[in-house]
Amino acid sequence: MRLKRKDLLGIEDLTRDELELILSTAASFKEVSEREIKKVPTLRGKTVINLFYEPSTRTRTSFEIAAKRMSADAVNISVSTSSAVKGETLRDTARNLEAMRPDCIVVRHSSSGTPHMLAGYVGCSVVNAGDGAHEHPSQALLDMLTVKEKKGTLSGLKIAIVGDIAHSRVARSNIYGFTKMGSEVTVAGPPTMLPAGIEKLGCRVTSNVEDALRGADVIMMLRIQMERQSESFFPTVREYSRVYGLDEAKLKRAKEDVIILHPGPINRGVEISSEVADGPYSLILDQVTNGVAVRMAIFYLLLGAAKEE
Amino acid sequence: MNRLVIKGGRVVDPAQNLDGFYNIYVMGGRVASIKKVEADTSEVGTDVDVVDATGLVVVPGLIDPHVHLREPGYEYKEDIATGSKAAAAGGFTAVMCMANTKPVNDNESVTRYILKKAEGQPVRVFPVGAVTQGQKGERLTEMGELKSSGCVAVSDDGVPISDPGLMRRALEYSSQFQMPVITHAEDSSLVGHGSMNEGVVATRLGLKGIPNAAEDVIVARDIALAELTGGRLHVAHVSTRGSVELIRRAK
Repeated sequence: MRLKRKDLLGIEDLTRDELELILSTAASFKEVSEREIKKVPTLRGKTVINLFYEPSTRTRTSFEIAAKRMSADAVNISVSTSSAVKGETLRDTARNLEAMRPDCIVVRHSSSGTPHMLAGYVGCSVVNAGDGAHEHPSQALLDMLTVKEKKGTLSGLKIAIVGDIAHSRVARSNIYGFTKMGSEVTVAGPPTMLPAGIEKLGCRVTSNVEDALRGADVIMMLRIQMERQSESFFPTVREYSRVYGLDEAKLKRAKEDVIILHPGPINRGVEISSEVADGPYSLILDQVTNGVAVRMAIFYLLLGAAKEE
Repeated sequence: MNRLVIKGGRVVDPAQNLDGFYNIYVMGGRVASIKKVEADTSEVGTDVDVVDATGLVVVPGLIDPHVHLREPGYEYKEDIATGSKAAAAGGFTAVMCMANTKPVNDNESVTRYILKKAEGQPVRVFPVGAVTQGQKGERLTEMGELKSSGCVAVSDDGVPISDPGLMRRALEYSSQFQMPVITHAEDSSLVGHGSMNEGVVATRLGLKGIPNAAEDVIVARDIALAELTGGRLHVAHVSTRGSVELIRRAK
């Protein structure tokens, strides 16, 4: 099996079958990272370029490690060293990179739609590593893999996503992913951070966090960006933390076997208390481990599996 | 005297309440008569040029009261020659060009430069002067001079006039020169960094939305100020239901 598509740009485009294929492939790759020699030769001779226009540690490193564990050659380009600061257009950058014959470009950009534009310029595969407030498909896939491991299923679950929904690509990708798999997603946040028409994406919407947490199987806390305070999305970090921050008291609303996810990096004591972040329900580090496996699967299904058909 | 007949087109002219198939007879550059196609039994002499307009729409020269010819300053986007030719190709015979050039058309020398460049172009060019110096939204332009040098209206188009007090003065002051104030009706803080209409499509695409209220609040404000001052207000590129309703009620 392989993905019958050139690029992985978002969860919205994927079918349930494709999601299941990526997740089962990722589950089978997890074992590679537990070996003494953490490498398989599957993508030997393939070249992956990580083109990051936004700062990222976790995601970029995860893509790089995933490529290397598959024996692909990985090259990192970050904005501070790229030609973008010299005024080169995305199109010119894309065509120059393509002239070096990569097999895949992994791109992150602060503008929504950049990977889609890039995919139209180049013949190689393009993987979206986060575009503006649009999508972050590999994050949603690693979240789904983490939930599936613990819950054994992705259908019939109650998922609460709490925080700044308006600016979150993680929220959008997860709404698409979990609803496609048959779970019920509720998003919660201050009304200033709930984007217009979000319920039309197939989720419940509330500004009452207790309501969102009641009976939840999974709680996903989103990172709050401190600079939103000066834009009046919320008055103070203190108030945000009191109303929306996840602590032991609020956690009691959820199911006893609730699990907690966070895409990181976390603001301790703001959207999540330290006790909760470090507590038994927290799977934040499992998410990071699964991120590598999911990205190995993405590379494999886009670049490697074709020849085996 | 040169003669011309435009035959068989669908002639549309709201000013004469015309919409039908007519032959148009032109003498010496002026329309001499219009005859219904089916009732027209005129013989056309060999000295007459005939334009077969079958399947075409024939209209009086159109006027576009809102164009950007970009010259001076932004010739890499457009210039007076290319914009004029494009207008003519689209059936326009006159255009009003906005003031957001570089330098801004906020004084006689820029207006005269535009008019000089417009000489010999296939359409007539009527410059619009700026409302405020440099379109900075601080001080009014010398509208009397703009008028006498050839401007037909004033506008800071591209930039909303945020200060209500200044907008009041602009409507008052321009009225003595019979120049309407053409507004770019948007509240900048409601627009923010938005790039499309606010709603589920923007949310799905991960783009920042602009609510309709960003336009509606300024249209409502400017209508109140026009009423207060008796000035002439022209709201450019109306794009919301709310604005349409406000303008209809105000009229």
